[in-house]
Amino acid sequence: MGDYYVPAKYLLSKIVNADILVAPFITAKTIELGSKYSPDFVCTPFKYTLGTMIEALDNGANILIQFGGGCRYGYYSELQEQILKDLGYKFELLNLITNGKANVKRIYKMIKRIDKKFNVLKGLYYLFITIKMVKYMDKIDDYIRRNIGFEITKNSFSNLKQEMLNKFSLVNNSISLYIMYRKYFKKFKKIKINKPKDCLKVGIIGELYTLMEPFSNYYLEKELAQYNIELKRFTNVTYLLVNYKKINKKALKKSKQYMKYQFSADASSNVYWTKYLCDKKYDGIIHIKSSFCTPEIGVMPLLDKIANENNVPMIHFSFDANTSEVGIKTRLEAFYDMIEMRRK
Amino acid sequence: MNCYLGVDIGSISTKGVIIDENNNIITSSYIWTEGNPVNAVKKLINILKNNLDNKYIVKGIGTTGSARKLIGLLLDANIVKNEIMAHAVGTLSIYPDVKTILEIGGQDSKIILLNNGIITDYAMNTLCAAGTGSFLSSQAKRLNINIEDFGPLALKSNNPVKIAARCTVFAESDLIHKAQVGYKKEDIVAGLCKSIVLNYLNNVGKGKNIKSPVIFQGGVSKNLGVLKYFKEILNTDVIVDPNSHLMGALGIAILAKKNSIGKTYDLNIQNISFDTKAIDCGGCSNNCELLRIYKDNKLIDIWGNRCDKYIKN
Repeated sequence: MGDYYVPAKYLLSKIVNADILVAPFITAKTIELGSKYSPDFVCTPFKYTLGTMIEALDNGANILIQFGGGCRYGYYSELQEQILKDLGYKFELLNLITNGKANVKRIYKMIKRIDKKFNVLKGLYYLFITIKMVKYMDKIDDYIRRNIGFEITKNSFSNLKQEMLNKFSLVNNSISLYIMYRKYFKKFKKIKINKPKDCLKVGIIGELYTLMEPFSNYYLEKELAQYNIELKRFTNVTYLLVNYKKINKKALKKSKQYMKYQFSADASSNVYWTKYLCDKKYDGIIHIKSSFCTPEIGVMPLLDKIANENNVPMIHFSFDANTSEVGIKTRLEAFYDMIEMRRK
Repeated sequence: MNCYLGVDIGSISTKGVIIDENNNIITSSYIWTEGNPVNAVKKLINILKNNLDNKYIVKGIGTTGSARKLIGLLLDANIVKNEIMAHAVGTLSIYPDVKTILEIGGQDSKIILLNNGIITDYAMNTLCAAGTGSFLSSQAKRLNINIEDFGPLALKSNNPVKIAARCTVFAESDLIHKAQVGYKKEDIVAGLCKSIVLNYLNNVGKGKNIKSPVIFQGGVSKNLGVLKYFKEILNTDVIVDPNSHLMGALGIAILAKKNSIGKTYDLNIQNISFDTKAIDCGGCSNNCELLRIYKDNKLIDIWGNRCDKYIKN
């Protein structure tokens, strides 16, 4: 999912003695494979992850790690395991989360099975570093999103980010990681940008997989940056791993007039964030999801209501395995024209 | 005298308008695209050229519609814009106080909400073409009715049959069933017109605050039956301009005027050879479908690439 393979690989390579294969980058072939063996009406992340699993198995992986929960995703790993076994693949699937909960003892047993010499303290230590790494990455990403639309030299942000990720994967302790992070943050701030004070600002919310895997949203953020827009996205791995409970609780409290109970997955957070973006006077909100994403479909009327009340334009995108790219571009272009016209 | 050309290349029809400095239409044309936008535009430009007085010089060209990018290259247009902007600008030039624009075209339909001449909200149909012009014309063919007679026939009915409006496929099976059990043709036609309206309001117009003045345009606006049910269901007057089918082209012509770069255009494009070749890249597992575009046998652009690998080689 996006660039998060870096910390994931880092953690695994540090704590267990096994060959870690990074799943190949998602391409058109991934989704073709995934859709071929998936039920047609399942949501798109299922198809992407299944396609990725097949590609990884073809590359020689024999242990797959999957975790998920919150919505239908909670039982995807069982279903995917069955589909892959029916296809004749031999492998072991480690599902870190069952019944919507991460059982520490069970995970420990699983890791012990991969590597008998696994040391708990060492594991916790590197888990701590990895979480820090994710946090730093997300902070940098947030900065990039705000400024990439205004870069003067093309690709200066993405090149530097790649360099930073390479450096990150080599660190050994949290202090050197922190130093590296500070160093690169400064470098990012030095990149020359041409940003007007009153630039257009757009917030992106929605379902997490579609938000975080750029291939699955047809490089929406890249497309938007071309229009010189400052972007804000809340959903990232820091949110999922660290802040999920906190933000959901806050969402329920702050959005009392809109909802009484919590929606599943990230839907309640999206309600809260919509309100936040409206209050912060953003020029527009883009809500994206994969087709058939139940929690997000449920919350859409509510999001529309909030946007309407605050007079902030909102556009919805639903991505499937074969969505017409031209259609998306037309709608995005029109959205940009509209928010620019409203500004005037 | 200066004039400006706007071309709107839709899936079904291709529209062209030439305007003067005061946004008055000098000449216009409306022909079928027939699945070949390049040929259609060549034909269209020829018609427009023959109708244009010699005293006019073309100072700007704009393209819109689903083939806007391709034709923009062919005509060397100074502006290429999406249909929403074009329709809004075109309509505003005639009805400055418009609040809602309903548009139903060949394969897409949209709603545009405006306030004080500014687009405040819009929506377009999503993946499927349910409830658009192409559905109507295919059903007209099935019932063996000329699409031009569709509207007048619908007006004769006092009792439109109920047709499932959500999805074209369901609507079609409903329609066949109703025809087979013996409903009159005009009742079925009227039911179809009504189902288009309901489909549009449920899908595209969902949750939108439709305020008058309401303007209805696009090819389907010429259908009197659909217009009747829009008026009936929205319970307000719905205006259809005599040039409602040309609004997109008019809008893009106005935008071409605003963004004119002072270049003078020649409308002699009959002899330009314009060709496209599709190949699969094969450079990685993305296997992008590349479209290479040749103008006078010279490669001028490549589309469909996700990276620069192919172009570099």
